[in-house]
Amino acid sequence: MPVLDLGDLVDPAKYHEPIEISSEDPEFLRLQLRKMLCIRLVEQQLARARKEGIIGGPVHLGVGQEAIAVGVSACLRSSDRVFGAHRSHSHVLALGSEVHALFAEVLGKNTGLSRGMGGSMHLWDAPRGFYGSVPIVAGTVPLAVGAGLAAKLQGVDDVGVSYLGDGAVEEGSVQESLNLARVLGVPVLFVVENNFFSSHMHIGLRQPSNATARFAQAHDIPFAIVDGNDVVAVHKAARQLVEHARAGKGPGFLEAVTYRWLGHVDWREDIDVGVNRSIEELQNWRGRDPVGRLAAALEHAREWSPARHTKLIEEIDAEIEMAWDRAMADPWPQPEALLDRVYSSGGGRQ
Amino acid sequence: MAATARIRYGEAILAGFEYLLHRYPEVFVIGQGLWSPWYVGNTMTDLDKKFGKHRIIDTPVSESACTGAGVGAALAGMRPIVVHPRIDFMLYAMDAVVNQAAKWSHMIGGQAHPAVVIRGIVNRGGEQGAQHSQSLHSWFSHIPGLRVVMPYTPTDARDLLIASTLCDDPVMYIDDRWLYSEECDDSPIRELDLRDIGPQCLRAGKEVTLVGSGYSTHLCMAAARLLEASQIAAEVFDLRVLNPLNCGDIARSVEKTGRLVAVDGSWTNCGLAGEVIAQVCEKIDPRSLRAAPRRVTLPAAPAPTSKPLEAVYYPTAEQVAQVAKQMFESARTVT
Repeated sequence: MPVLDLGDLVDPAKYHEPIEISSEDPEFLRLQLRKMLCIRLVEQQLARARKEGIIGGPVHLGVGQEAIAVGVSACLRSSDRVFGAHRSHSHVLALGSEVHALFAEVLGKNTGLSRGMGGSMHLWDAPRGFYGSVPIVAGTVPLAVGAGLAAKLQGVDDVGVSYLGDGAVEEGSVQESLNLARVLGVPVLFVVENNFFSSHMHIGLRQPSNATARFAQAHDIPFAIVDGNDVVAVHKAARQLVEHARAGKGPGFLEAVTYRWLGHVDWREDIDVGVNRSIEELQNWRGRDPVGRLAAALEHAREWSPARHTKLIEEIDAEIEMAWDRAMADPWPQPEALLDRVYSSGGGRQ
Repeated sequence: MAATARIRYGEAILAGFEYLLHRYPEVFVIGQGLWSPWYVGNTMTDLDKKFGKHRIIDTPVSESACTGAGVGAALAGMRPIVVHPRIDFMLYAMDAVVNQAAKWSHMIGGQAHPAVVIRGIVNRGGEQGAQHSQSLHSWFSHIPGLRVVMPYTPTDARDLLIASTLCDDPVMYIDDRWLYSEECDDSPIRELDLRDIGPQCLRAGKEVTLVGSGYSTHLCMAAARLLEASQIAAEVFDLRVLNPLNCGDIARSVEKTGRLVAVDGSWTNCGLAGEVIAQVCEKIDPRSLRAAPRRVTLPAAPAPTSKPLEAVYYPTAEQVAQVAKQMFESARTVT
């Protein structure tokens, strides 16, 4: 049996054309476009602030990968249990978290998503279904399985969602998690954002095949491989797998092929430190822009225009500026927070 | 008059599980061997038959995923108990315990807490060797955010399992197979607040303070009886909760006795016994010490398999008593 392969999805010269939207509601698509643009502009603001040193800690930006979280989140509800990883700004924003609360968190302010205790790499917004993100590679994958198992034990049809990268599948606990989820019939969706790079290192140097979905195949878990820069394709595939899980039929696995325009961490493009990463390749991948391809498709369908696009960007930028200024002026956590938040008791009581 | 009913450690743990599973639908148990729990003595017998295989989940050989799943299920409103029949095997689960469970509350601003119990069993001796023998509670006790419970009495084994499960924080609950036949007077189950539980004085004495936890407390109690025969009155403390650790009562005891022996089934360096001594020394007037505090711990070597080596590896009550007696001799030498 041949090993599963991503085929021409790996060729950055392909899939530059507008995405296929003929069966979709234009209003819904405009909403998706707005979300993707918002995520992109928020991350560009974070990149600037990091470059200027206003943000002190690392930020892992996912510019170019916006379609995945937006497409997946469109099939979720706030009672689902979503877990992210180190590159999770898009995951929270796609679930509806406030831009201001994300900014405040990255700046270490008490008004942040994690009350200033987590920064960019530890985000939380459980009221919107986001149970947490951590930078330990694959750290949250078994947690998402457990949250899905809890839904099953609680007799509700909510699902766990685990966002992970192509590097994470190399971790043993991911293999354990896939097996456990399948054997226990856990309602959980594994979403692999395959951007080909684990930090600096290309998947070709790390794995014998570029398709991480081969692990789903090995564990007898239904899977789909999609163009991760096509929000409609992501949404359709995710919806099918989520419905499968909600119906009590067990886990699903979505591999979304994408590319990050910036380096592993912070604002740089990391052409120099990437193994197998070149400026030519990056330029080609920019042609597979998830935002641009949806905008172009809507324009072709006469549901969008360059003028509306410009206006939308101005609107979002204005919101971002306001949210940023507010977050900058927000208070820091009080010194007591250092000990008060270690245990559930709080109030200095351990 | 009817004799007071007695309860053994192993049965007491089983009673704790049954109590929790009867009363709290959010409690479930996950781990290896739970449908054939011969690994764990009589502590989990027939739980799957009484409460169903959906709540007593036997798993693939996946310590990391199962522990992580326990953490995730806790964040989603359940109260899981993850069972590792031997602590040595759960080192694969350290990320879930140390990076995830212990830090979750703090790193997300105290807005959610994984109320998960991770039961690790110390299961040693019998020529099982280096990887079937470890007592790693000192490691876990180093980690802020993790509560570490190590019961000695049967009723504590039961009531602290319940308290650990009802606590909103992640708890490492460590029991010891060498204690499973330990007996005490039975008492009605009590729902305790784990935050109120700390070291307990099990035996009063004026001349030396012996401190242990889990099986080491058993050694301290036996040593106290040996010392009594030599007209030395030992006070014995059972730590019960190793993290957060509060040695206030023990310090007051040492101010009275002037002598402290910390007994621990883990290794010496950076271990629990050293922490007890350090905390006590920080709290007392050093002039109240009549002899330098001592530790009784494992030799700095992995557990051997060969019978004669194993016989000298694990501390005994005689050894504890011997060390305590030496403190009286050295004091005489000094004066």
